[in-house]
Amino acid sequence: MEVILQNLTKKFPNRDKKKKGDVIAVDHFDIEIPDGKLVALLGPSGCGKSTMLNLISGLLKPTEGKIFFGEDDVTELPPENRCIGLVFQNYALYPHLTVKQNITFPLENLKGKDKLTKEEMNERALQAAKLVQLDGLMERKPAELSGGQQQRVAVARAIVKMPRVLLLDEPLSNLDARLRLQTREEIRRIQRETGITTIFVTHDQEEAMSISDMIIVMKDGALHQVGKPQEVYDDPSDLFVAKFLGTPPINVFDAQVRDGKLYIGGDAVLEVPGVEDWPVYAAIRPEGFIPDENGRFSCKLSGVEVMGRDYSVLSTNSACHSNPVRAIISTDHKVDIEKEVVKFSLKPHKVHLFHKETEERIRF
Amino acid sequence: MLKKLNESGMKAWLYLLPAILFLGVFMVYPLIDVFIYSFEEGYNSASQTFFGVGLYNYDYVLHDPYFLQALKNTFILVIITVPLSTTIALLISVGLSSIEKVRDWFQTIYFLPYVTNTLAVGLVFMILFKKTAYSDGLINMFIRWFGGNSVDFIDGPYWAKMFVLCLYTIWVVMPFKILILTSALASVNQDYYNAARVDGTSRFRIFRRITLPMISPMIFYLIITGFIGAFKAYSDAVALFGTNLNAAEMNTIVGYVYDMLYGDSGGYPSFASAAAIILFTIVLTITCINLLISKKKVHY
Repeated sequence: MEVILQNLTKKFPNRDKKKKGDVIAVDHFDIEIPDGKLVALLGPSGCGKSTMLNLISGLLKPTEGKIFFGEDDVTELPPENRCIGLVFQNYALYPHLTVKQNITFPLENLKGKDKLTKEEMNERALQAAKLVQLDGLMERKPAELSGGQQQRVAVARAIVKMPRVLLLDEPLSNLDARLRLQTREEIRRIQRETGITTIFVTHDQEEAMSISDMIIVMKDGALHQVGKPQEVYDDPSDLFVAKFLGTPPINVFDAQVRDGKLYIGGDAVLEVPGVEDWPVYAAIRPEGFIPDENGRFSCKLSGVEVMGRDYSVLSTNSACHSNPVRAIISTDHKVDIEKEVVKFSLKPHKVHLFHKETEERIRF
Repeated sequence: MLKKLNESGMKAWLYLLPAILFLGVFMVYPLIDVFIYSFEEGYNSASQTFFGVGLYNYDYVLHDPYFLQALKNTFILVIITVPLSTTIALLISVGLSSIEKVRDWFQTIYFLPYVTNTLAVGLVFMILFKKTAYSDGLINMFIRWFGGNSVDFIDGPYWAKMFVLCLYTIWVVMPFKILILTSALASVNQDYYNAARVDGTSRFRIFRRITLPMISPMIFYLIITGFIGAFKAYSDAVALFGTNLNAAEMNTIVGYVYDMLYGDSGGYPSFASAAAIILFTIVLTITCINLLISKKKVHY
């Protein structure tokens, strides 16, 4: 099911009564989420992404704007009539019910023509449990399951009704690192098998990039960029998106454009034809550096971290915002660690320029 | 030295010593003592003498019409007030937690009986229910308004007095239960309700399948303490009917024990002890039954 948000806004009254004005959690959001895709709602904590999820689920009412599921305007519908599945961050499994009872709980609420017999309910519950590979644990209580298993029960409970849209709030944040990797593959698989349009909230860009078909980057309630993960990474629309995506993070420098050349410090590091003379931010991805004796960008070498597959060259540059400058270099290149200064040439498509005031992208 | 003590686990005992001493002297020793007295015929606390050892005291108490009356009163009181007060308190708490605006205000009102002196409350009930030469009492005014005959609730028929006693007890124990239940309700994670809402669960089903099991430990606590408290009822009856409870047919087991010790018929510590041990046995049995049931019904 397609999910369309039109001019969606949510304001909360300010808790601090001395301050006038509302807190804007979601700010005039316009977006179309295509059918059957896995979409990540990505942003730093407090950016309004959970509010957004609650708006889509109907637990919160928008201050302004509309929400459509396909052709249907669901803005005024209460959550129970929206036909959604929601997985809570803490799973919210009923602790006094067994796995099976938890999964059948939503089915028991069905009324009228949708009402199921006991056999049908068990059948559906078993199907859902099989999908999340829990069919052997149906009689356990949630407390007797591991975190990962609990999470899968929550997913099974959310999809057992065959919802039109599946919403997951920080689905991986309560899991340990290894389980997180495993579970995100699992979410991907379940989404593919069911074909349900799935929106999940996360602050972990790696998580978002790795499994989603589309990511929505937001900050302070405002939409910053939408696109396929690789496209957003390669072609960020503003400085925030460039900084938020990628580990290790992008290196940001104070820079200057003069006569079609990009100057960082005193070095003219790159030809940037067609860019007007501006003070700019130059952001360079760690993989955008090539060690080169004749390179035009020089930094003070401070160390090397060996990873095996590649290595990181750490150096300092007075124009850099967050020293050290981290460059990831393939092992094909050699860096003389005895030297004090390291010289790089830059891959132009890994260098992004941003307007100093608006922080918007300057393309070249 | 402390290190040495710790090695043999003595340090822990040292810390426990004050509590053990206190409980031992004021709880365990008297309990054993009462148990012993209950088997000693005609024990005299002044001369510390008794005639013999046996079950005579129990035999006497169990055939004493006053005790049987007290036993009946206590059981009626327990069976009526515990379920009623718990249920009403639950309904009020659920109501309180679903309103937002004047919740604090209501909470204060519901909590007032708890901080009010029992005897003062008794006085208010007297004014409400007592028939005197000058007035019929407020409740009788209402009864007559609706065309009924006035009833003397304080000196009248047994059912009327029992009604007032039960009403009074329920009213007095309610605030504590409401306090406990509202905080239990507030501690249920909102996500459970949101999850249930998203799944289209009806309000009644949310209450029955989620709220009740979630707060079941607290309800169970209230039922157990409610039973124990109601079995030990005494001051409520005194507040309403005065100290001569046997004459008013409104005595309770604890009242009977008190009368045997200090009342008009006082000076019988042996009978008092036997009655106390019978009460102890009843409370213990009921609590054990409660615990057994709770294993199936309470979700921790």
